[in-house]
Amino acid sequence: MSADLLGIAIIDILLFTFLVVTAIAIMHLRNLFAVVMLAGVFSLLSASLFVTLDAVDVAFTEAAVGAGISTVLMLGTLALTVREEKKPAHSVFLPVLVCLVAGAALIYGTLDMPAFGSADAPIHLHVAPAYIERTPIDTGVPNIVTAVLASYRGYDTLGETAVIFTAAIAVLLLLGAGIRQSGKDGGKE
Amino acid sequence: MKHHSILRVVSKLLIPPIILYALYVQWHGDYGPGGGFQAGVVFAVAFILYALVYGVDEMMRILPPRLLHALAGIGVLIYAGTGVVTMLLGENFLGYNVLAHDPKHGQEWGIIVVELGVGITVASVMMSIFIAFACHNPPIKDEEW
Repeated sequence: MSADLLGIAIIDILLFTFLVVTAIAIMHLRNLFAVVMLAGVFSLLSASLFVTLDAVDVAFTEAAVGAGISTVLMLGTLALTVREEKKPAHSVFLPVLVCLVAGAALIYGTLDMPAFGSADAPIHLHVAPAYIERTPIDTGVPNIVTAVLASYRGYDTLGETAVIFTAAIAVLLLLGAGIRQSGKDGGKE
Repeated sequence: MKHHSILRVVSKLLIPPIILYALYVQWHGDYGPGGGFQAGVVFAVAFILYALVYGVDEMMRILPPRLLHALAGIGVLIYAGTGVVTMLLGENFLGYNVLAHDPKHGQEWGIIVVELGVGITVASVMMSIFIAFACHNPPIKDEEW
């Protein structure tokens, strides 16, 4: 058991180290092509972290959307703009200050939260056991995540689907629907 | 990109398993990880890979943008329509219990149908957005690879 925990701790430390290194590299690079690729790496590392947390559904989504589709769409965006980020015109003092204050506030907020992995956390006392108990009786669906997503929280998922649909409409309105008017070379300047 | 034989062969080998996996994730979402959202993305990726290697025009011959735009709406309508059907059968909006004789089977049917709606919307939205970007860009020349 403790050997398992040690293994997980080593994997976590490795993944978090890579995550931080990737984030710092993204901050320093000016070549946007490299930044997009590293953002994909960042998503893939996050997906691995979700797997170590046993959240395979979330990990699957992160790997497919964050590392897959987003990277392709970002590259598509890049082709519409420039490949190099401009040097910032003003000093970095204010952004750094904002980041530090916001980060400190977020860390302060976590102090009230139950310890990571604590079995006494409220979510493990009321909500999770209720779903684990009721899902086989109510729905008979083995994957509780699917039951929560599509049945218990069906309204939210309908909303999410509508959001995706709206996103498509917004992009199509901005970029044109992809139906070429005339000629083969397509695309206005 | 006529002379990228390795890319062409490998992508042709990869696309059928990707689509098969998308369908597996779609229909097996209630047993294993995944569901309509992930399946839709994986399904879209298969076609985007095809478009990246063979050109977006080839992809648009199979899936014209108009069809994709219609499908994006149809997916949402399938989801919302399930809710309307359950209401007509005397339950709450999206209360699947009345969809079959046994409430449990009703739940399973409801989940499968709404996941299908999610999958159709996500897949067609991802492909529409990709096409919108790809048609806006001048195609990448071979020398730039």
